[in-house]
Amino acid sequence: MNEIIDILTELHDDVDFTTETGLVENGILNSLDIVAIISEIDDRFDVQIPAEEILPENFDSAEALWALVQRLDEA
Amino acid sequence: MKRTYIIRAWALSVALLLTVAILICATLILQPKYVSASPEGSLTEEYYASVKETNHDVLFIGDCEVYESFVPAILWQEYGISSYVRGGAQQLVWHSYYMLEDALRYETPKTVVFNVLALKYGEPQKEAYNRLALDGMAWSKTKLDAIHASKTDEESLASYIWPLLRYHSRWKELTSEDFRYAFADKPTVSHSGYLMQTDIVPYEYQEGQKPRPLADYTLPQTAMDYLDRMRSLCEEKGIELILIKAPTDSIFYHWYDEWDEQITAYAEKHRLSYYNFIPLADEIGIDMTTDTYDAGVHLNVYGAEKMTRYFGKILTENHSAPDRRGDTALAAVWDARLAAYEAEKTAAAHP
Amino acid sequence: MSFTSAAFILFAVLTLLIYYTVPKRGQWIVLLISSFLFYLSAGGWYLPFILVTILSTWLCALGIRRRDRLDEDYLAAHKADMTKEERKAFKNNAKKKKRPYLVGGLVFNFAILGVLKYTGFVLSGVNDLLAIFGSKGVTVPSLILPLGISYYIFRSTAYLIDVYWGKTEAEGNIAKYALFISFFPAVLQGPISRHKDLAPQFFTPHNAEWSNLSEGGLRVLWGFFKKVVIADTAMIAVKAIVASPDTMTGMYVLLLIILYSAVIYGDFTGGIDVTIGLARMMGLRLAENFDHPFASRSTQEYWNRWHITMGSYFTDYVFNPLSISAPMKKLSKWSKDKLGRGVGMRLPVYLATLITWFLTGLWHGASWNFIVWGLLNGAVILISRELSPLYAKFHKKFPSLKDRAAYGGFCAVRTFFLMGTIRILDCYRDVPVTFMAFGSVFYDFASWGDLAGGKLLQSLGLELWQCIAIALGTLVVFLVSHRSKTRPVLTEISERPWLFACSCAVLILVILIFGCYGIGFDAGDFIYQTQF
Repeated sequence: MNEIIDILTELHDDVDFTTETGLVENGILNSLDIVAIISEIDDRFDVQIPAEEILPENFDSAEALWALVQRLDEA
Repeated sequence: MKRTYIIRAWALSVALLLTVAILICATLILQPKYVSASPEGSLTEEYYASVKETNHDVLFIGDCEVYESFVPAILWQEYGISSYVRGGAQQLVWHSYYMLEDALRYETPKTVVFNVLALKYGEPQKEAYNRLALDGMAWSKTKLDAIHASKTDEESLASYIWPLLRYHSRWKELTSEDFRYAFADKPTVSHSGYLMQTDIVPYEYQEGQKPRPLADYTLPQTAMDYLDRMRSLCEEKGIELILIKAPTDSIFYHWYDEWDEQITAYAEKHRLSYYNFIPLADEIGIDMTTDTYDAGVHLNVYGAEKMTRYFGKILTENHSAPDRRGDTALAAVWDARLAAYEAEKTAAAHP
Repeated sequence: MSFTSAAFILFAVLTLLIYYTVPKRGQWIVLLISSFLFYLSAGGWYLPFILVTILSTWLCALGIRRRDRLDEDYLAAHKADMTKEERKAFKNNAKKKKRPYLVGGLVFNFAILGVLKYTGFVLSGVNDLLAIFGSKGVTVPSLILPLGISYYIFRSTAYLIDVYWGKTEAEGNIAKYALFISFFPAVLQGPISRHKDLAPQFFTPHNAEWSNLSEGGLRVLWGFFKKVVIADTAMIAVKAIVASPDTMTGMYVLLLIILYSAVIYGDFTGGIDVTIGLARMMGLRLAENFDHPFASRSTQEYWNRWHITMGSYFTDYVFNPLSISAPMKKLSKWSKDKLGRGVGMRLPVYLATLITWFLTGLWHGASWNFIVWGLLNGAVILISRELSPLYAKFHKKFPSLKDRAAYGGFCAVRTFFLMGTIRILDCYRDVPVTFMAFGSVFYDFASWGDLAGGKLLQSLGLELWQCIAIALGTLVVFLVSHRSKTRPVLTEISERPWLFACSCAVLILVILIFGCYGIGFDAGDFIYQTQF
């Protein structure tokens, strides 16, 4: 979870990612950020987020993102 | 709950009634009245009032050359022939066919006279002429068939059923006439289908003027097919069909010899009488310096009367058209028609 | 059958009547039959094409479902004995095994679309190229373009991908699937509804409910109003301007930008209103395709609010998979190493953006105009993204400005003109003419003189009342759209019986009397329909 927050903070250091729950909805993350996040997660967790999981609800908060990574890693 | 239903029902019915009422008014106001402007559009519908009063022994069918060349009032006055002209502006052969079929729903004349000029057209020429010919036709299967046979691609059946669809943008051209005749009866514009023209605009021949040569002189098959249908319809009903060509022959509406040959051959083959009045113009007494209102394209009233007298003789002598002047009831109606005709002619001559 | 023809209205009314009289479980069959009759009425030769697409995507989806079930069963039986790594490997392997069905279905159907829609364009391009070298070139065949092919290919391929991704259930009954693809109100111009949202609705029973009938009916009328009163009337002037790009320059081109925006808005949103309204009358909720697009403050926002279902198709099925695909990842790694982090992060996304917009342009039509149109949209989006730090700085300096209504209005007007300018590529015959026409805005000031006197109307081919109709119509649409931001006005109206009845009456009268249809005008099919 902390690692996810690290990844996010690297992209936008002015956002409090522990509380924000509308990252996509409020336009904080754009497509550029999403692609960067996906590639970072691939590097750090060896988890490949497929295109079908690029949904607002999976990227709206650090928590949702962490849940996604865990789910994909569980297999 | 029940109250909601009632309110809805009320609201919908009131709005529906209002909409329908307004649309009916709009339709009545917006459709062309064909009185002062393009009176030709009234010709088709005026027939119905006439046939209600009297039957006709002779029916003229065709384009402008019939409704500007033959005067039923004169035929009555001179020969006692009861006749009617079912012609229209550039009335094409299929219009004519259905005009005949329509008339046969009301009466069976002894003789049908068809003017052959329109046989040169195998295709619809202009959407507006369809409206002029068909707007006034009474509703029947004949009218539906007529619409299908004549409508151009851009036209829809719906616009004939509901003319507002065609004339909805006409409101910017409305005149007082449109309001006056929206709900009241229109005056009659023709005299038994004859549309009176009293102007004189002489025909002036200019040296070297020649009709345009054509690439193909064959009369179109579609047109000839409708002539066939007209012929068999007449045969079926025991009506004699006479083909004529009106005496006018201008540069722009030239009757080519090649066409005349085809019609002559057709008439021979089917044992029909065919009169081409062009070479007979002198004999009829037509003088193109006084007898035309548009420089030789159509006859005016003076030319038309000469033409009518001449043809009335033919009808009586060669085609045994009956003299009905002995029938008092009929004579009363026709005398009134003749009087109306004379009145308009006099009024036009001495304004 | 054009939406604005008497035949279509009659057809729709009959369908509705039958739809609500048959037993409920037969309702979808009524829709299926109507849809095929509607499609047939456009021409019998179109039918085999849509049938081939329906059959092929249906079969491929079933193939995927069969593989999914086999793999799920195996996994359920053996899950306990497998390690996490084994499970991952198994899943990857399973994906590989079902991929041929997906790829086969996609390649086959896009090949059909490609050949039918783009052969002429590609061959004439080849001919132009050959002509440079003096060769004679090949003859360009004229192929038929089945009605709505761009839309039904999209709807069916989206379905196939969704089945592959496990986002929707594969449909076992081909007749039911055929209805989803060919549903007649949406077959010509969308919206491109997703299978999982729309398909289940067809097969649940629908009672004739007042709220559906009233709101749907009002929406149909509203759509006709926008199309017939605004778009078709404004189209007269658009045609006049476009017909003489040499003489109608400067001010006229600015006018074209505004008028064509009105045309495309009235035509397309109006057409979609008819579609959604008609479906609503059947108790079906289609995906919304527009969300007050001309109020957008940026291009990005505009494309989230205009032709939404097409935009989301390209985002979900083209842009997202493309930007995280293996080659893009490689490209990203390589460029990060060689060109630095900033470029490395941007390169794949920017490339994916431009490719997506290139394809979007191509989808709209087989011509350079549309390709340039697409690429310009992509370029505008990328440029404004690069400029966003600058905007942020600007707003930090003037913090009060951002929330001012006037500033919002300014942004909306700017976006409107930007999009409107790019959009005139739709109108002119080729790209150079478009650029020349637009260039004249900046030097042909003499044309402004036509504004005075009666010259303007004459050269536009409009009458004064038609200008008033366009202006008043646009005003009404603007007010309704503005008010609808809080709650849809049409919903509000349809809840009040008297207001509803009067609105319907007024709309019908205005459409019938002041609409631009019938002879004398070029009634014009919905533009999107005639293109596709």
